Amino acid sequence: MREKETTLYLGPQHPGITGNMMVKLKVAGDTVVKAETHVGYLHRAFEKLMEQRTWMQSFPIVCRICVPEPDPNEENLARAVEEIEGREVPERAKYIRVMALELSRLAAYMLWMGGQSGGLGLYTAPQWSVGDRDYILDLFEELTGGRIYHMYIWAGGVRRDLPDGFKERVLKTMDYFESRLPEYDKLIFDNAIFKKRTIGIGVIDKEKALEWGVVGPPLRGCGIKHDVRIDEPYEIYDKLEFEVPTVEGGDIYARAMVRRREMEQSISMIRQVLDKMPGGPVYNKVPNPLNWYVPKGDAYVKTESARGEFGYYAVSDGSLKPRRVHVRGPAYVHGVSLLERILVGANISDVSPIMNSLGVCPPEIER
Amino acid sequence: MAFDIKGIISPFNALKQFGKTPHTVKYPYTKKEAAERYRGFHFNDLEECIGCGTCATICQNKAIDMIEIEGIETTTGDSGLRPRVDNGRCCWCALCVEVCPTGSLSLTKDYLHVTDDPDSFLWTPGVDNPDGEKIKSWVSDVEHSLLDYQRIPMRELEGKERVKSFAEVVLGYSEEEAREEAARCIGCGLCTDNCPVHMHIPEYINAIASGHYDDAVRLIYDNNPLGETCGKVCTRRCEDICAVSKRGEPIAIRWLKRFATETAANKEIIAEIVEPEILPPNGHKVAIIGAGPSGLTAAYYLAMRGFDVTIFESKAHAGGMIMYGIPKYRLPLDSIDKQVEYMKSIGVKIQYNTKVGTDITFDELHKNFEAVFVGIGFEVPYSIGIEGENAEGSIQAVNYLREINSERNIDIGDKVVVIGGGNVAIDAARVSRRFGADVTILYRRRVEDMPADWEEIEGAEDEGVHIKTQAIPLENILDENGRVKAIKYANAEMIPDPDGGRPRPKIIEGDEHVMEVTTVIGAIGQEADYSFFSEDIKEKIEIKRGRIVVNDLQQTSVPWLFAGGDISNRRADAISAVADGYRAVKGIEKYILEKS
Repeated sequence: MREKETTLYLGPQHPGITGNMMVKLKVAGDTVVKAETHVGYLHRAFEKLMEQRTWMQSFPIVCRICVPEPDPNEENLARAVEEIEGREVPERAKYIRVMALELSRLAAYMLWMGGQSGGLGLYTAPQWSVGDRDYILDLFEELTGGRIYHMYIWAGGVRRDLPDGFKERVLKTMDYFESRLPEYDKLIFDNAIFKKRTIGIGVIDKEKALEWGVVGPPLRGCGIKHDVRIDEPYEIYDKLEFEVPTVEGGDIYARAMVRRREMEQSISMIRQVLDKMPGGPVYNKVPNPLNWYVPKGDAYVKTESARGEFGYYAVSDGSLKPRRVHVRGPAYVHGVSLLERILVGANISDVSPIMNSLGVCPPEIER
Repeated sequence: MAFDIKGIISPFNALKQFGKTPHTVKYPYTKKEAAERYRGFHFNDLEECIGCGTCATICQNKAIDMIEIEGIETTTGDSGLRPRVDNGRCCWCALCVEVCPTGSLSLTKDYLHVTDDPDSFLWTPGVDNPDGEKIKSWVSDVEHSLLDYQRIPMRELEGKERVKSFAEVVLGYSEEEAREEAARCIGCGLCTDNCPVHMHIPEYINAIASGHYDDAVRLIYDNNPLGETCGKVCTRRCEDICAVSKRGEPIAIRWLKRFATETAANKEIIAEIVEPEILPPNGHKVAIIGAGPSGLTAAYYLAMRGFDVTIFESKAHAGGMIMYGIPKYRLPLDSIDKQVEYMKSIGVKIQYNTKVGTDITFDELHKNFEAVFVGIGFEVPYSIGIEGENAEGSIQAVNYLREINSERNIDIGDKVVVIGGGNVAIDAARVSRRFGADVTILYRRRVEDMPADWEEIEGAEDEGVHIKTQAIPLENILDENGRVKAIKYANAEMIPDPDGGRPRPKIIEGDEHVMEVTTVIGAIGQEADYSFFSEDIKEKIEIKRGRIVVNDLQQTSVPWLFAGGDISNRRADAISAVADGYRAVKGIEKYILEKS
């Protein structure tokens, strides 16, 4: 007997949803027959806002496009403007940028770990990971003056140099993180429940992954090595030694393990950056922001964020304000087209873990 | 999946963490101490702040309003307003701090504000949190500020090169330099308030920064037809109070004006850019005595308003003191000609070589014109009051400069002493250097007391002019032919003024010196020649300390008689004269329209 189809509305306010968006599920029994994503609950018109603000005023806006990981947005806008202008960035600033980007990746993965485990009912994990993430937020507070929105990377470099003794405190935090990783393994990644709920769930077809435009950990979780930091190195990534871990399987567990291994790589990169960081200025001053005319031109830049390849296309018409800034976040693919496909056939209770494993950030979709 | 015993047991490792102090929220709750750079609530040093409003301009959330604060007055260079932050809109990006020209605004470590009163989210930093001073965290010093405190240097002829000719010393900004310099401006407009003419300074600088030079020219000509002159020789009170000068070098407003006006190469181009809207003739006639800056300005705007204007000028060229007083290396003749020709092209009539009182009587003017504007300037020099002053070899700077600017030569010999410390003295000294003389300025006070423009003083020093301060001339010593051969002067000491005024020089008895000279040039000030006024006019108008008293529309106590420039204005500079002329236009228009 065919089961009767019911419609379920997951979100927009739901602890299992990342950010605020809604997934309209058609279910037959416990099984999802059709998934439809609905966004619009976080629409703040970032792109349009920027068209009405000067270039410098756009920097405090872009970081709001992703709460868990604002820095790639700042990095992208900064690099886009620099490319249009042909502005040089001091070497030291590049190192500091990479350090900030990797710290923010770690913080984002910490938050993801909490969300991924919490969605499976493993409530100790979020307590731990959000607590540990605070150590990174403390570092950001010290470095940038802000815990969540850093507004630190901007055109020409970074806003301020490292505070005194910052390097030692970062290294100390990295040592702590490194010592915590085995504990997280025991709590989460080796956990029988975690494995049972993630292995073979939410599988992305390796053959289709590239075709669908999947990027970041979900793509690397299909065994495909793709990472902007390696493929088209920006800043000083080409001067660092690191691996891009890939895991076969395409399921939630594979994506989780990619992130787990990347955390080790990030810790190693931060140490290398601090070790190799040259002296010198950190900021190549832009003109007075009230009269900063960015020459005509356009630029597409991309950064490897915690969720994958993150692109910005910026156009300047030679005036004080951006003509257009287009934000292309990985969540657009992951959270809409991909999610709708791989949810079909999933159990209702797996919808939230699948969504979490893709790293969906709704403001990126409706920027 | 096989039975995963390890996977079941290993999570229990977490029990090891039991009882550990958490890093995040601790009980009992303690407020976390914010980092050294934390971006919390604003603090504003109310004394340092000048109310320029740049913070409000940059705020991308429109969270800052400039409001009046009790106890803070509007003064020169201070709008009297202070920022109020709507903490409901603020995102603590600290852009406001990074563009604060004075560095008064900062963010603090304070981040908690719990209230049920929504209005209390509107904070006036510094007023509502006077204790914020102690917890300032995100501050912006000159190094970190987003503003540029260094002026684009102006290219000038080398001192040695300059003294060889009367070529213009200042070479002007290139287009790139001008745009770069203009981009430093924050557009606060404090300068506008301090400009006698209230020129549209932020607007024309903005136009230059964006490369719209024609707009800049239009904005300049809107209330100053002698913009090019002011671009070269203005005393620029605007720059004195430039917000950027609080921590750096003021925007080169004068040089930017110069750059903009020079983009219009001749009168046709000026007319093409400015597109003056000239009203049809209204049949009213106005006479103007003196084609100096005030007279020219009044004539220009009256002509635009349809008045039939005639200027009576005693000399062969228009310009007054800017023509005959300012040396050509500061203000070339062709620049003046260009500006005057443009004014003539829109209908200003000038009768040269017509001295009122000699060639035409003042009563005749009164009879033939409905209103008369007097802008004759101060042309009669004060005498120094020493013996031998009238001897050959002793001359007055204004006469000397007039002769030189009229391309007549005066033999000054090779050793010149100039007496005085104002711009006229410096001009006379620098001109004399150009004739190869060794020049010394004798000034009774200190260099810092000199009323002359500091750039002029520096320029003179670069050109090799000696400045002897605290020196009071006593006597011109004459040779057997009655010609000046030396000057006797005494050194002075500065006696502080018990009333707090500037210190006064007092001769040190016995400390007298004699300096051999070929020429002594006096430059201690001028006065006006009012002899052309008829007796009854002289009785009716009020003259105070040599200047005619006028109302705020430049009207004297004789309703049809208006006055402006040096004869009514203590500032005695070109821009004040232009302002007088501009105000007089309104006064004359009001008088004539009310009368008819």
